[in-house]
Amino acid sequence: MGNDNSIIIGKVYILDDNIDTDLIIPAEYLNLVPTIPDEYRKLGSYALSGLPNNYARFIKDWQVTSEYSVIVAGKNFGCGSSREHAVTALAAAGIKAVVAESYARIFFRNAVATGELYPMESEKTLRNAFKLGTQIEVNTNKGTITDIASQKVFKLKPLGAVGPVVAAGGIFGYARATGMISKKK
Amino acid sequence: MSQTITEKILARAAGQNSVKPGENIWVNTDILLTHDICGPGTIEVFKREFGINAKVWDPEKVIIIPDHYIYTKDEKAQRNINSLRKFVKEQGLKYYYDPGTPTYKGVCHVALPQEGHVRPGEVIFGTDSHTCTHGALGAFATGIGNTDAGFVMGTGKLLIKVPPTLRFNLNGKLPAYVTGKDIILRIIGDIGVDGANYCAMEFRGTAIEQLNIEERMTICNMAIEAGGKNGIIEPDDKTLDYIRARTKKSFEVVKSDPNAKISKDFNYDVSSFVPCVAQPHLPSNYAPAKDKGNVKLDSAYIGSCTGGKITDFIMAAKIIKGHKVRINTYLVPATEKVAEGLATEMIDGKSLASIFEEAGCLEIAQPSCAACLGGPIDTFGRTSGKEIVISTTNRNFVGRMGSKDAPIYLASPLTVAASAIEGKITDPRKFM
Ligand code: SF4
Repeated sequence: MGNDNSIIIGKVYILDDNIDTDLIIPAEYLNLVPTIPDEYRKLGSYALSGLPNNYARFIKDWQVTSEYSVIVAGKNFGCGSSREHAVTALAAAGIKAVVAESYARIFFRNAVATGELYPMESEKTLRNAFKLGTQIEVNTNKGTITDIASQKVFKLKPLGAVGPVVAAGGIFGYARATGMISKKK
Repeated sequence: MSQTITEKILARAAGQNSVKPGENIWVNTDILLTHDICGPGTIEVFKREFGINAKVWDPEKVIIIPDHYIYTKDEKAQRNINSLRKFVKEQGLKYYYDPGTPTYKGVCHVALPQEGHVRPGEVIFGTDSHTCTHGALGAFATGIGNTDAGFVMGTGKLLIKVPPTLRFNLNGKLPAYVTGKDIILRIIGDIGVDGANYCAMEFRGTAIEQLNIEERMTICNMAIEAGGKNGIIEPDDKTLDYIRARTKKSFEVVKSDPNAKISKDFNYDVSSFVPCVAQPHLPSNYAPAKDKGNVKLDSAYIGSCTGGKITDFIMAAKIIKGHKVRINTYLVPATEKVAEGLATEMIDGKSLASIFEEAGCLEIAQPSCAACLGGPIDTFGRTSGKEIVISTTNRNFVGRMGSKDAPIYLASPLTVAASAIEGKITDPRKFM
């Protein structure tokens, strides 16, 4: 993940406050190992399968990825378990950024450490700013999310101290760039 | 500079005299804990980044305790344990507790202190959010993901942000019907599931002093349910007795300075606390047990790192003794040692196991995480359909124990036991 990926265009999926890691990836799928490519894809196909049935389907029947690229959510997104599978499952399903009002720290940290998706924070809740499936553009450098049809722009908070870690592609890239560990052979 | 216990531990681990909340520091790790669901991914990250022949930074400090998917026919779960075995052998790791052998322990957060791996003043990272349990013994302990854990495996270090401290001053005489679980559920009810997001939760006061070590573990275990980075309790004589009985390794006791800067103080008089439940679907949905008597239950579950320790079973047995349970009552000791305790601990000359048996509880399960997190379809105690369950575990998220339609009430072992007898949510004072 670097500056070249700073613009994300796609459809938005909307979620509430306190979306926990059991909703994002139910524990029965934790036997899958995220680093095995085949199981990475499988994890993606189960992303958000823990949501109650009154939510719109995140992944359609017979599909393994989602039609949505960005999640807009409320407070405390990713609360619960430290399972990195939660970040991985969303990324494997095609999510490039989450825009939440706030995050549970471990989820935020896992997103940063893996470089799998951008965990952006909105200044106020944007859950009612968009409809499910609205085409939006997220600019992670400028810190904006834009409704493409109406060209309405909403400010996002800067990534702050973790910015350099995200820009370096995660904790390993950052540690190598800063000389903390040696370059990969 | 005056500092909190959390800041002092982190400063030492970073080789600095002091640290401030918000500062990003590299810390040295004393223990890296992993298990069967995050271990295999962590190992793959480690190998991807450091090379297939790389060695862990210290084979005595990487501790692997398989516990989640142990008694299942699931092939991938078994494959994952095999990959742990291979890694342990290849790396010569000193502490690995292998399922199916006499070294098997059970749930990592009960096994880690039980086996003497938790010491005051140390830094413990674990690939599990309930790693915060170990703060009960005066350590800094927190959960991390596979990528961070892979980094620790190779370097022994991790970049972390120093958390501000929220201090919970719990004073007053603790009533016999109020447990560690009631205390933490009350606090989470007050501050909310993100009320301590990225904060250290420090628990102190005369009520904490009255609690035994396992009850303190229950409190720190659930710090994460308020979003806490770590839960922590200053070591006292009870802590030191517990630790010295389990390890010969030396350690340094760290305490908060009297004038340490606290982000916020919360003051409680525990004599006003009551037995409570967390209603579906968040640990913060607090209600006194006595107000929920109209909630009919289908099952009761006693187990997990939060509520499956020996003292949890002793509390439950005291309530259940001489009664019959009306609903399916699942008993899952956290570790093999707890399972042994069920046979050897006596109340009025009767073992806990026989008390539960006579009351009509289901046969005691083998130690593991079991249905605390749902797990594979063949998991013992996994909820199905619209079953309503009351449980000593720590999370009541939708689907947490298996079925998406099964609501979960969290409560203390006393309240779960009383509710099992009545078949509906019941304040344990009825049986005390
Ligand atoms: S008992 Fe439950 S909460 Fe504890 S480690 Fe196992 S799954 Fe996690």
